[in-house]
Amino acid sequence: MQAHSQKPEAYFIQEEPYYEPVGDEIGIFEAAYSKQLPLLLKGPTGCGKTRFMEHMAWRLRRPLITVSCHDDLTASDLVGRFLVKGGETLWVDGPLAAAVRVGGICYLDEIVEARKDTTVVIHPLADDRRVLPMEKVGELLEASDDFCLAISYNPGYQSVLKDLKQSTRQRFVALEFDYPEAGLERKIIENETGVDSQTAERLVKFAHMTRNLKGSGLDEGASTRLLVHAAKLITSGIEPVLACRACIAQALSDDADMLAAVNELSASLF
Amino acid sequence: MAQPPALDRQALQQRLDEDLEVEFSYRDTTPLVEMLSEMPPARQTFILDWVRRIASTHIEIAYQFALHVRSAMERMDEPMIEAWVLRAMDAYDSSGLHPAIKAIQGVDQFVRQGRERASGVLFEEQVGVLLPFLHGLSGRRLKLQQGDALYTDSEVIYLPDVMAHLPDRRDNFLLYKAAVAYHWAQARYGTFHPDLMGYLQGQAAPGKALRCFHALETVRLTARIERQLPGLAREMRHLEKRLQGDARPACWAELTRPLQGPQARAEDSLALVERLLGEPLPPPCCFHGELRPEAVAATLAARLPREKAQLRVALKQIADELHEGHPQQPAGHDRFEIADQEPPQLAEDFKMELQINGKSAPIPDGVKSTLISITQDLGEVPNDYLVPAGPGEYDLREYSEELLDPEAVWSGAYHEQGAFFYKEWDYRRKHYRKDWCVMREMKIKPVYDGFVEQVMHKYRRLITHLRKTFEAMRDEDRLLKRQVFGDGVDIDAFVEAWADVHTGLEMSDRLFTRMHREERNIAVMFMVDMSGSTQGWVNEAEREALVLLAESLETLGDRYAIYGFTGLSRKRCEVFPIKRFDEPYDTEVKARISGIRPGDYTRMGAAIRHLSWRLGQVEARTKLLITLSDGKPDDYHDAYRSEYGIEDTRQALFEAHRDGIHAFCITIDEKGQDYLPHMYGAANYTVISEVEKLPLKVSDIYKKITS
Repeated sequence: MQAHSQKPEAYFIQEEPYYEPVGDEIGIFEAAYSKQLPLLLKGPTGCGKTRFMEHMAWRLRRPLITVSCHDDLTASDLVGRFLVKGGETLWVDGPLAAAVRVGGICYLDEIVEARKDTTVVIHPLADDRRVLPMEKVGELLEASDDFCLAISYNPGYQSVLKDLKQSTRQRFVALEFDYPEAGLERKIIENETGVDSQTAERLVKFAHMTRNLKGSGLDEGASTRLLVHAAKLITSGIEPVLACRACIAQALSDDADMLAAVNELSASLF
Repeated sequence: MAQPPALDRQALQQRLDEDLEVEFSYRDTTPLVEMLSEMPPARQTFILDWVRRIASTHIEIAYQFALHVRSAMERMDEPMIEAWVLRAMDAYDSSGLHPAIKAIQGVDQFVRQGRERASGVLFEEQVGVLLPFLHGLSGRRLKLQQGDALYTDSEVIYLPDVMAHLPDRRDNFLLYKAAVAYHWAQARYGTFHPDLMGYLQGQAAPGKALRCFHALETVRLTARIERQLPGLAREMRHLEKRLQGDARPACWAELTRPLQGPQARAEDSLALVERLLGEPLPPPCCFHGELRPEAVAATLAARLPREKAQLRVALKQIADELHEGHPQQPAGHDRFEIADQEPPQLAEDFKMELQINGKSAPIPDGVKSTLISITQDLGEVPNDYLVPAGPGEYDLREYSEELLDPEAVWSGAYHEQGAFFYKEWDYRRKHYRKDWCVMREMKIKPVYDGFVEQVMHKYRRLITHLRKTFEAMRDEDRLLKRQVFGDGVDIDAFVEAWADVHTGLEMSDRLFTRMHREERNIAVMFMVDMSGSTQGWVNEAEREALVLLAESLETLGDRYAIYGFTGLSRKRCEVFPIKRFDEPYDTEVKARISGIRPGDYTRMGAAIRHLSWRLGQVEARTKLLITLSDGKPDDYHDAYRSEYGIEDTRQALFEAHRDGIHAFCITIDEKGQDYLPHMYGAANYTVISEVEKLPLKVSDIYKKITS
């Protein structure tokens, strides 16, 4: 099969991405979108932030442009830069500018990973001005009504270096995400992977055990995403204990004792 | 390597007489000589070497060792013999001569335990796995400790130090795991919920009744584990079968059927005791341990009032926060309720909802664990627990365990609670002495006498100079050129590339400039000698040096901490935090610098171990431990002042180095050349010959070693 290639700003999600609402996040997102307010998604890794964005992009029928932030991400990576082409310089839009131009949803994932000087370029877009200054071309790009800016971050990081500045965070409507409660999480795993409900329930119980260990040896408990991974392996015939080891335990820690303890927990359940 | 020739009787006699000080002790070495003379040279050397090493600790132990070594050698190999000897010496260090000699004489016991050890698993090795395993299970956070028997007091699970019932290591580990899970289940599913003490008092044969109750509870808990943790239940069944086969009396399963249902409680087990008292009981499996209702009752009696206080104080805090900014509504009339509560003996999770005046409120993490613990004990949170504490009603410190004032330790009877323990290297033994030094962090008395200002005035020219030098070393943004990516275009590179393209050469992709911050990321710990010998102007110079150093480091922005150290004997090692890593350089710190006064002696090893542990907790790319000292390691009436101290310090520095800490020493001891290279390494020390130069030099040296 050939992989399709498409410009992100022209890519519309056709099929409904599976998403189980936990609270009233869909309503809040839609209201904020209609009032042109930017959104901040908080929550631990793998609890469904990105899936929620996909779902909302499908619901609002806008293209979703996702940028995963990292500490080398510069302002020009977002806005755009000049390239040399056929002896002439040519301006190429970055993902943020592209999203502003087509009126898409720009989603900056793990925004705290980006350098602080990069984060400030979104400020004019994130308040009532809704413009993107492009210094290098000397232009001001005005966002259409369809454009939406969303960022995400994980407040669980203990690092003092990785925190969102007040001047940034106070521009956003914030939605808090957490792991869904046990029954819902089980339903999500069943729906995503087709695993039987008893296995799903045990996986959820296992996740709760690892979440009990957060702060006393583990930085994070097992996320819903990890549970889905494990369930997928189980449905393709891998032993549950092995699947938990490969998908969950190893992903959570490198510490030998901790791994042994987590493996013992999963062995107790299955 | 060529074998040394065997020693003849005369040489052996001489060597033993010397090591065992026969001249003073009148020990008879003749049989030892007989024994040794028949041995091959390698074995002779091995034994003689150990006799000397042990004799450095105590001659009697060495003599006993020599007497027993032959029978030991028949049954153990050399590494095992070493383990046997080291255990005896540890016993000497911790409890004295008598237990040590007993350990040497108990070869048989050691051999047997050795066999156990080969297949058995040790508590110390497994606790790192068992504890997170236990915490992953729900309910109150239990602790694990070594104990004389296997039981729980509902707060701590006591486990034996070795588990060796089965020939395979993995199975022995599973036994530990089963023991932990079984006792967790006791605490979690309400085995101690009925009043056992009261019940047993009314029994004619309380021991038998307790055993019967234990057996019934085992049935109930096993069924519960079966439903909750089927994998673990399978393991438990397997272990039980291997250890005792199917030892259950025939009608047992039938008699206890009511206990296997999901609604069964500990009270049901207790009700059955009467009926089954005459029946034969299944023998308990080793991981079922024993029940100690008296220990549980004692723990419970302490825990209930403590948790009640904790909860009520926490509720008061919640209420206070609720009324913040609403002074018109007086606090104290709030109604707290716990809704949605299921009896924890039956429920899978602790579902609870805190309601304040009928509205649900989030439960803070600390409060939640208290609530869970209370529900586990009482089945619910009683109403009188849900009244916020009145002003001044409780002093939580009464209930906290760490109420010890380090100063108070020395005034009363001597005890070692709350101190840090450090091992020490005994070079003659070629081994550590475990938990040998008792280390405490003491407060230094700040002296507000304007000392720092005087120093600043005295050295004002130097300080200006220092500031300039250190400013130049600070982090800088650097513009990196010719990068593959970056914020701007590197015009020079671009012009070159343009030319390259036109001449048909390949164009470089390094066309951008990028700002890059060079970070120093250094954490430095200054360890200041506060021994008695610094009395006078050495102390003065040290304090001046610290002031200048602090000024320089404030300019530079490196993270730093200053600790003084001194001590008197191994039981009283002290460090004085003058500036911790997270403290700012403020008037309090300045007053503490001024308050540095000479103390007693310098037991450096313990101080290095403690401070490198502190330094290890800081995250930094480069970690430095700098010692300001005036002489050799030394201690009161102790072997520490000789080679012993130097070797221990050297070993402590090795350990620090292994943990990624660079050590450096600045000393004013002119004889420093003789021992410092051995301790710190050839390049890692500086001797300052004139005391008055110390303040001038220290910042300079710091600059040199960090740039």
